[in-house]
Amino acid sequence: MESTITESRETITAGTSMDETEGLTYPRIECKNINVSYGDKQAIFDISLPIPDRSVTALIGPSGCGKSTFLRCLNRMNDTIESCKVTGEIIMDGENINDPDIDPVLLRSRVGMVFQKPNPFPKSIFDNIAYGPRIHGLAATREDLDEMVEKSLRRAGLWEEVKDRLSSPGNSLSGGQQQRLCIARAIAVRPEVILMDEPCSALDPVATARIEELIDELRKRYCIVIVTHSMQQAARVSQRTAFFHLGELVEMGDTDQIFTNPRERRTEDYITGRFG
Amino acid sequence: MTDVAPAPFRNEKALKRLKKRRAADTRFRLYGLSAIAFALAALSLLLVSILSQAISAATYHVVRYDVVLDPAVIAPAGKDKPADVARNIDGFYELLRSNLLQTFPDAQGNRLATRQLGDLVTRLAVLPVAKAVAANPTQIGQELTVKVPLNDDLDLYLKGAVSPEARVKLGAVEQGSETATGQVRLSGPNAFKGLQSLIATQRAEVGDAADARSILVTSGTATGRVVSLSADNLEMDLLAGSASDFQGTRPLARIIALPEAQRNVSDKQIAWTLALKDMGRISRVPHTSLLTNTDSTYPELAGALAAIVGSLLTMLVTGFIAIPVGIFASVYLEEFAPRNRLTEIIEVNINNLAAVPSIVFGLLGAAVFLGFFGLPRSAPLVGGLVLALLTLPTIIIASRAALKSVPPSIRAAALAVGASRMQSVFHHVLPVAGPGIFTGAILGMARALGETAPLLLIGMVAFVADVPSGPTDESTALPVLVYSWATHAERAWEPMTAAVIVILLMFLITMNGIVVFLRRRFERRW
Repeated sequence: MESTITESRETITAGTSMDETEGLTYPRIECKNINVSYGDKQAIFDISLPIPDRSVTALIGPSGCGKSTFLRCLNRMNDTIESCKVTGEIIMDGENINDPDIDPVLLRSRVGMVFQKPNPFPKSIFDNIAYGPRIHGLAATREDLDEMVEKSLRRAGLWEEVKDRLSSPGNSLSGGQQQRLCIARAIAVRPEVILMDEPCSALDPVATARIEELIDELRKRYCIVIVTHSMQQAARVSQRTAFFHLGELVEMGDTDQIFTNPRERRTEDYITGRFG
Repeated sequence: MTDVAPAPFRNEKALKRLKKRRAADTRFRLYGLSAIAFALAALSLLLVSILSQAISAATYHVVRYDVVLDPAVIAPAGKDKPADVARNIDGFYELLRSNLLQTFPDAQGNRLATRQLGDLVTRLAVLPVAKAVAANPTQIGQELTVKVPLNDDLDLYLKGAVSPEARVKLGAVEQGSETATGQVRLSGPNAFKGLQSLIATQRAEVGDAADARSILVTSGTATGRVVSLSADNLEMDLLAGSASDFQGTRPLARIIALPEAQRNVSDKQIAWTLALKDMGRISRVPHTSLLTNTDSTYPELAGALAAIVGSLLTMLVTGFIAIPVGIFASVYLEEFAPRNRLTEIIEVNINNLAAVPSIVFGLLGAAVFLGFFGLPRSAPLVGGLVLALLTLPTIIIASRAALKSVPPSIRAAALAVGASRMQSVFHHVLPVAGPGIFTGAILGMARALGETAPLLLIGMVAFVADVPSGPTDESTALPVLVYSWATHAERAWEPMTAAVIVILLMFLITMNGIVVFLRRRFERRW
C-alpha cells in the first residue's frame, strides 16, 4: 500500500508541469475544469487548481463564492446533496476521484474533513477517535486502537487535556477542544489530505490561535486545504492562497504574493476590505 | 432650551403604552392558565367519576358456608371420578342451598321462598369449589368451609347502591308475640315514636308514594316487615327469625325508598342477608376475582383475565409488526429515499392514513384478513394485524420527526471519516433518534391498546369464557370488554365496567411511564 502511493506520487511529480507551483512540492491534488451546479444554478465555473502537498492552501472569498462547495468536491461530500452535479477531473494519485467508479467511502478515508461547527459524535472521547479506525479495520487489537487514539489525540494537541477522561462524552469538552477532537478524529483514519471548512469560525481567539498552531504543525505531514473568512488567518497559516469570487477562481498564488502584490484588481479590493 | 424633554423613565406616553403591553401580557397568561385549569378540571372530573364508580367494585361480599361434602350429593356412584366431581355443579349448589335452608327453616315448603333463598348464591359460583374438591378428592366426606360470592344484587344492596335507605333506632321493645293471623306484634311504651315521625316526614316529602315503601325492623338475625304502627305497638310480617328475638331489644328500623316491586332483591332476601351478616357469615373481601376470572353472565363471577391476556397478545402482535416495519419505513424514507414525486406521494398518503377512522381499518381487516386470507375470527392475531395497520402511520410519522431532529452535522461527521451511508445511519443517527422513535412507538401502541371499533368488526367482541393461550385463540380485549359490560342492563355491571376502565388506564399509565423513563434516561442534550 505504502509503496504504491509513493510510486504514484513520483509519477505525478514527473508528469505535471511545475510552472505555476514553483518553489513548492508537487501538487497532491490536481483539479481540472471543475463545474458544480445545484439543479439549474451553477455554483462553480470551470475552476482548475493544483493543490500542493505538505502545505496549507487557503481558499478565501466573500460569502457564497463557492469556496466551500469546491472544498466539498475534494472528498465528494457533494454526493450527499441530490441536486448537486460535479463535472471535471480531480486527479489524486493518478486517478480521477470524481469518477463514479471511485467509491466515495474509500476516498473519504484518505481525504479527511473538519467542519465549521465542531461536531463530535454523541459518544465518548475515545469512541469519537476510535470510530474511523474501527470501521476501516485499521486496528487489529485493542492495544493498536489505544495507541492509535493516543497518537491522534497527541497530534491534535489534545492528549494532555483529555487523557484522564477518555470515557467522558465528546460534547462535554469546550468548543475549541471539540474542534481539536474533530481534527484528531479526522487524523485517526490516516488521511493524506485534510479539508477544513472554516474550522475556527465558531471559536474564540484563544482557541483559534491553538487551532492555527495545530494546522501549522500538521502541515508537515498532510496536505491541508482550508476555507476561511478571515484574511488574517489565511495570511497566518497558509502557504498558498486561492481567491474565489462568484464561483470563479480569480487568482491563486503564494500567500505572500497574494497579500502583498495581488495581480488582479478584485483580489486587491477584497483583501483591502473594499468589498465582501 | 426652554422645553426640557421629559426624562426617559417618566414619559407619559411611553408609560401608557407600556401599561397596555403589560395588560396584554397578563391577559395572555390568564388565558393560558384558564385553559390549563379547564383541562385539569375535565381530567380530574373524569378520573374522580371513574374511580368513585370503580371503588365499589374493588371489594365484594362473600358468604361462608360450613358444609359436609356428602359423597351422595357431590360424587354419587358412577359419577365419582374427579372429572365428574369437577363438573358436578348441581351437587355442590345443592349442598349450599340445603345449608341455607337449614339456616332459615321458615323457607322450607314454600316454593317461592325456597327459590328466593337459593338465589342468594349463583349456581355457577360453586364451580371453583367443585374444581378444588375434584383436585383433592380426599376432602370428600369431610367438613369444609367454602366462601362463595354473594348474589350481585344483594352485594349492591349491602354496598348501599340499590336504594336510598332511612334508618332509625327504635325504643326498647318490652314484648314480642305472635298474633292469631300469624303476624308478630311488638309493644313498648313510645318505642315507635321515632319511626312514626320519620314516616311522617317522608310522607310530607313524597306524598302517598311513601306507603309503598318497605319498612323493615331488624334485631339480630330476625327481621320483619311493618304492617301497621302506633306509638306503642307495631305489627309486622316476620321475614326471618322469631318473635321472641325482638323481646327486650332496641331493633333497627329501615325504610327502603325503592318499593319491593321495583327492586331485584325482595324484602325476604334482604332479611336473610342481614341475618347472615349478623351471624358473621358475610364478609367484604378484595375483589381479586376481577383479575383472575374470565367473563361471565353473572357480574359477581365475571373477571377481566381473558381480556387482559387478549389485550397483551394483541399488543404483542401489533408491536412485533408495527414497530420494526414503522422504523424501517421511516429510516428509509428519511435517510435513503430519493426526494421525488413518488416519495412525496407516499409521504402524503402516510399522513392521510393516520387520519383514517379506526373503524375503517376494522372493515379492511374483516375483508382482507378474515375474508381473503381466512384467518380465524376473534383472534388476537387478526386484532394485532389490524391495530398494526392502524398504528403504523403514527409510528412512521413520530420516527421521522425523531430522525429529522438529529442534527445533519452528525451525518456529515460520519460520512467524512469514511462511514457508508448505512453505517452513518445505524451507528450515529439511530442511536440519537432512538428515544424519540421508541416514544412514538409506545404512544402508538397505547393508542392501539385503547382501540375498540376495529376489534368489534373482526369479532373480538365475542363472549370469551376461556383465557386465550395463543394468538389464534378466541379472545377479546380490554376496551371491548368495557364496551360489552357497559351494554349490560344489570346495575352491578356499572362499577365492574368502571373497574375494567381503571385496569385499562393502569396499562396506559404504565406505557406512558415507560415513555417518560426512556426520555429521561436516554435523551441526549446538544
